[in-house]
Amino acid sequence: MELQTWIYLAVGGTFLLYMGIAIWARASTTKDFYVAGGGVNPIANGMATAADWMSAASFISMAGLIAFLGYNASAYLMGWTGGYVLLALLLAPYLRKFGKFTVPEFIGDRFYSQTARMVAVLCLIVASITYVIGQMKGVGVAFGRFLEVEFETGVMVGMGIVFFYAVLGGMKGITYTQIAQYCVLIFAYTVPAIFISLQLTGNPLPQLGLGSTLSDGSGMAVLDKLDKIVTDLGFAKYTDPSGSKLNMFLLTASLMIGTAGLPHVIIRFFTVPKVSDARKSAGWALVFIAILYTTAPAVGAMARMNLMDTIQTGPVGDPTANLVAAERPQWMKNWEKTGLLKYEDKNGDGRIQYYNDKNPEFAAKAEAFGWAGNEMVKVDRDIMVLANPEIARLPNWVIALVAAGGLAAALSTAAGLLLAISSSISHDLLKGVFRPDISEKGELMAGRIAMAGAILVAGYLGMNPPGFAAQVVALAFGLAASSIFPALMMGIFSKRVNNVGAICGMLAGLLSTLIYIFIFKGWFFIPETNWLPNNADAWLLGIAPESFGAVGALINFTTAFLVSRVTAEPPEHIQALVESIRVPRGAGVASAH
Amino acid sequence: MTEKERGDAYWKANLRLVSMLLAVWFVVSYGCGILFVEALNTISIGGLKLGFFFAQQGSIYVFVVLIFVYVHQMNKLDRKFDVHEE
Repeated sequence: MELQTWIYLAVGGTFLLYMGIAIWARASTTKDFYVAGGGVNPIANGMATAADWMSAASFISMAGLIAFLGYNASAYLMGWTGGYVLLALLLAPYLRKFGKFTVPEFIGDRFYSQTARMVAVLCLIVASITYVIGQMKGVGVAFGRFLEVEFETGVMVGMGIVFFYAVLGGMKGITYTQIAQYCVLIFAYTVPAIFISLQLTGNPLPQLGLGSTLSDGSGMAVLDKLDKIVTDLGFAKYTDPSGSKLNMFLLTASLMIGTAGLPHVIIRFFTVPKVSDARKSAGWALVFIAILYTTAPAVGAMARMNLMDTIQTGPVGDPTANLVAAERPQWMKNWEKTGLLKYEDKNGDGRIQYYNDKNPEFAAKAEAFGWAGNEMVKVDRDIMVLANPEIARLPNWVIALVAAGGLAAALSTAAGLLLAISSSISHDLLKGVFRPDISEKGELMAGRIAMAGAILVAGYLGMNPPGFAAQVVALAFGLAASSIFPALMMGIFSKRVNNVGAICGMLAGLLSTLIYIFIFKGWFFIPETNWLPNNADAWLLGIAPESFGAVGALINFTTAFLVSRVTAEPPEHIQALVESIRVPRGAGVASAH
Repeated sequence: MTEKERGDAYWKANLRLVSMLLAVWFVVSYGCGILFVEALNTISIGGLKLGFFFAQQGSIYVFVVLIFVYVHQMNKLDRKFDVHEE
């Protein structure tokens, strides 16, 4: 069957499935809309959380990042999984016991302050909107490459699908579609990985394939061979660390703390029936996430090896050992059309040389070979996962599956974020501040309207991405790490931290992180307004703006403790509240009040 | 024991468990994966250098195990201190 037919079948089939689920899982109460009725099975919730968490970035970009950064990409692998340990041990069970609908609601109640709640709402909305724009862009790109439609049309189709199940079903509709989307995306991710691992090593498990010996008869291990291939061409050794250790340490910490503080993930744990279910559910979420995250390093390493081998077909320096440009494979031509891959015959020999011309030692050697610079002038990291099946010459249905998987990853995350945004608008802002006496029916309607509005805004920003859209790691994780996570943790683990302390702490963490990011990336990300150049020499102690969230969290904790120490103790009933959330007994289903 | 004392003892036991688990969490990721990666890379198991393995695979497996140990131990603590859910 034709590739296009397969793709239409896979994408169309999964979309019909999501719409079917939406009709079946309609929300009829605010409890359905905010927390899926509170009766979701913990394993099912784990699966939904995994889909909620694994975005277009995890599915499409991460393996490419690993392929080109090697060991140095480990911060993302550890950061985006290790955060679940913090979430499970420090937050999820207690927030479930508290039993309300949104994250700002906990902060507002525990610190008996509308101001604290509003600061939390602001952080939540900025972090979630930054994050959701990337998903919308991901949907547009996937449609553009695979279904050959305009980028804008792709975004609009994606919006339409999310609109259908998120407005109709709220958290309930989102939960059950996320479960379906997890199945689609994990199947789509692992099938090509298994094929490629089998081809290269004969081992069907990519996780084991990464540590196996190549089956090409060389007797070399995958990573040893890869280290040799890349260093032979002047690139940095794949398995070796480079750069500042402090920065790597803080980047990992910021990603972990940020992960645990992202509201769209936390609210998933409000949907399970019991406190013990919330703990268990976090464990299952990480199992489902780990399946993809432990496959990604194998995909990255093997894709890099295939790419290098395709171009450098024999010993470096042998004039016939470089790919003849006219005979380059079809997948290269396909990706050149998207502009993500570009080749330029600099020395006019009709062959392609791909090497590191920024490495002075190797560049000198290359000149002696008659090479005139790296001829793969553009290799976008993001194409590694998407082009992988084509590079490995896998059957058409696998390529179609990858297209459907990428869309599932982007849509499921977008829906989770949109719910976090709309519930904080309808529940925290409207019911919490402006119209406390709103009826149940009115709030449900407001929730649906807020959801529809959020989808329109996200779609518009996806088509016209503002400067901050590319700053997901710095902005979304930075805000979650420096403001939301510390406030939640102190609310549970300290009885002494009071309203003034928490507000000062959140503002100190938030502002220090934002200002540090702005100094290097430009004020409000407006180009050319940065005070200092964004490179390792200018950074304070070599700390990148992306890694500052952990420092912001530390500032938050310190400020909150010091300020609380010199101000009044929290009132009796708040201390009793903290005591009650610390024990599991008596957790009713999540309730409005 | 009064209910208050029981609650305090439960919380203490909980904090002890969480600190132990987070110590392991720290050692496998920040320790083996980042701070001591070069030293561990001199050891290879199969075709993988140990430090690289911890940074890209091993720490993730340990994270999963840690959460399930936590689930199991907390369920035991909940019953021991009689604060479990019905």
